[in-house]
Amino acid sequence: MALIAFYLIAAVTLVSALMVIMARNPVHSVLWLILAFFSSAGLLVLIGAEFLAMLLVVVYVGAVAVLFLFVVMMLDVDFVALRQGTLRYWPFAMLVGVIFAAEIVLASVMGVKSRPEAFNAAPGASTNAEAIGQVMYTDYILLFQLAGIILLVAMIGAIVLTLRHHPAVKRQNIARQTSRRRGDAYELKDPKPGQGI
Amino acid sequence: MSNYVESFGQLWGPLLVLGQILLFTLVLLISIAFLLLFDRKVWAGVMMRKGPNVVGPFGLLQSFADFGKFLIKEIVIPAGANKFVFLFAPILTCTLAFAAWAAIPVAPGTESGTTWVISNLNVGVLYLFAISSLGVYGIIMGGWASNSKYPFLGALRSAAQMVSYEVSIGFVIVTVILLVGSMNLADIVNHQDGGFWKWHVFSLQNFPLIVVMLPMFVIFFVSALAETNRPPFDLPEAESELVAGYQVEYGSTPYLLFMLGEYLNIVLMCAMMTILFFGGWHGPVALGEEFVRDHPFLTSFSGLFWFMAKIFFFFFLFAMVKAIVPRYRYDQLMRLGWKVFLPTSLVAVLIVGGYVAYMGVQTP
Repeated sequence: MALIAFYLIAAVTLVSALMVIMARNPVHSVLWLILAFFSSAGLLVLIGAEFLAMLLVVVYVGAVAVLFLFVVMMLDVDFVALRQGTLRYWPFAMLVGVIFAAEIVLASVMGVKSRPEAFNAAPGASTNAEAIGQVMYTDYILLFQLAGIILLVAMIGAIVLTLRHHPAVKRQNIARQTSRRRGDAYELKDPKPGQGI
Repeated sequence: MSNYVESFGQLWGPLLVLGQILLFTLVLLISIAFLLLFDRKVWAGVMMRKGPNVVGPFGLLQSFADFGKFLIKEIVIPAGANKFVFLFAPILTCTLAFAAWAAIPVAPGTESGTTWVISNLNVGVLYLFAISSLGVYGIIMGGWASNSKYPFLGALRSAAQMVSYEVSIGFVIVTVILLVGSMNLADIVNHQDGGFWKWHVFSLQNFPLIVVMLPMFVIFFVSALAETNRPPFDLPEAESELVAGYQVEYGSTPYLLFMLGEYLNIVLMCAMMTILFFGGWHGPVALGEEFVRDHPFLTSFSGLFWFMAKIFFFFFLFAMVKAIVPRYRYDQLMRLGWKVFLPTSLVAVLIVGGYVAYMGVQTP
């Protein structure tokens, strides 16, 4: 039963990954990418890493892919023209792909032989959420914090590059808007007929 | 429940689960029909109108009449629309809205330690969070595939809004997970056993935490309004600016699916509030161990009653908010999400985390 599910989900993952690079419409590419993420989450559930699977869906499908979709939908680029002549890069692409595939195969084959416990979803803990927490926040806390700082620096860099203050631009001042009272907005007058204010 | 399944043999297990799913779906659909009517009645009552009152006694059959109308209308697909994505978007919205309910525990089981739930996931809260974060795709795809400006603008607004408020919802959920120490929804409910003062919203057994948990519930409630695109945060369909947002080009059955998904998500959010903060199926006063042991069926059904009653109460709050609060401006919405709720909930996670680490949590 689990084997059938594995082959089904793996096939969906591979086909959708292939369609990411085959689809003509970039929006379709992103939609296929989302399907690939989602079925990878299914594979993670099958090996018993349900916490990782849910995180994959929440982070990649729920946030990262939404941003991809945003950008791709709003780009006004003629992708057909952009694709002209991409074929001449295929030897290079093949080389990179082969190296990737070889590394993955090598790592997993050697890994299974030398350290079979590395493929256990929850080693030494009751749930895999606890196992991940143990590794990330206790064993490698320094690296975790460093990764966070690197991301923070990247974020600040992006903000510094794009933030511009134009003096002419009017901005919403929420404090002033909420502190506005009825008396500030209007005033009651009682003009006599024929006199005006 | 799992003991039952095993006793039926190999074939009966899946069939039983299938039966449970069908029953759950049926109950949900019928409840949605009447909740929709209730929503409109509340709205009408606040405006001193009568609301739907023609079809059936007190208009009780109005939703079924609407259903029939949606089904027999023609499906119009706009010219230049991406046909597959256009039709897939509402189906996705509706399917995801139903799928989320698989992890919701509705009542205690008749045997002790069991729960009435279709799938008792270890990571139940995360599953709900993941599924609700997928809901944004139905809207984005629908808005994009319509090949029209207003739907596209509405979809972009809606996606930005949902992604923003998911962040604070996530942190609010983290505070509850920290208190319970488990992501299993049944564990979260059982952690609040023993009277209303132990519900997470009050959490009086960890006394000072009420200062944190009560505002967390308010943040969750407001974020739930924004997440489900309900007024006052219904900017994606702000009719005075965007006609009807991402749904402009939709009619008949696809529109019905969108609306069904939307209302299912609203009721799901009500269920999440009930489970995370208001004790799930536990009544305001504990039943007592002897009673639970002697009357298992009565316990189960009283649990079901309390669960549904709480959901109904929160749905009433949703309807009242829709009736009495004016719509937010877009920059106000973004400011509320990023500058108010996010820092507040982050500080709350810090406080609750510190409390759990240094004081320890009193479990019931």
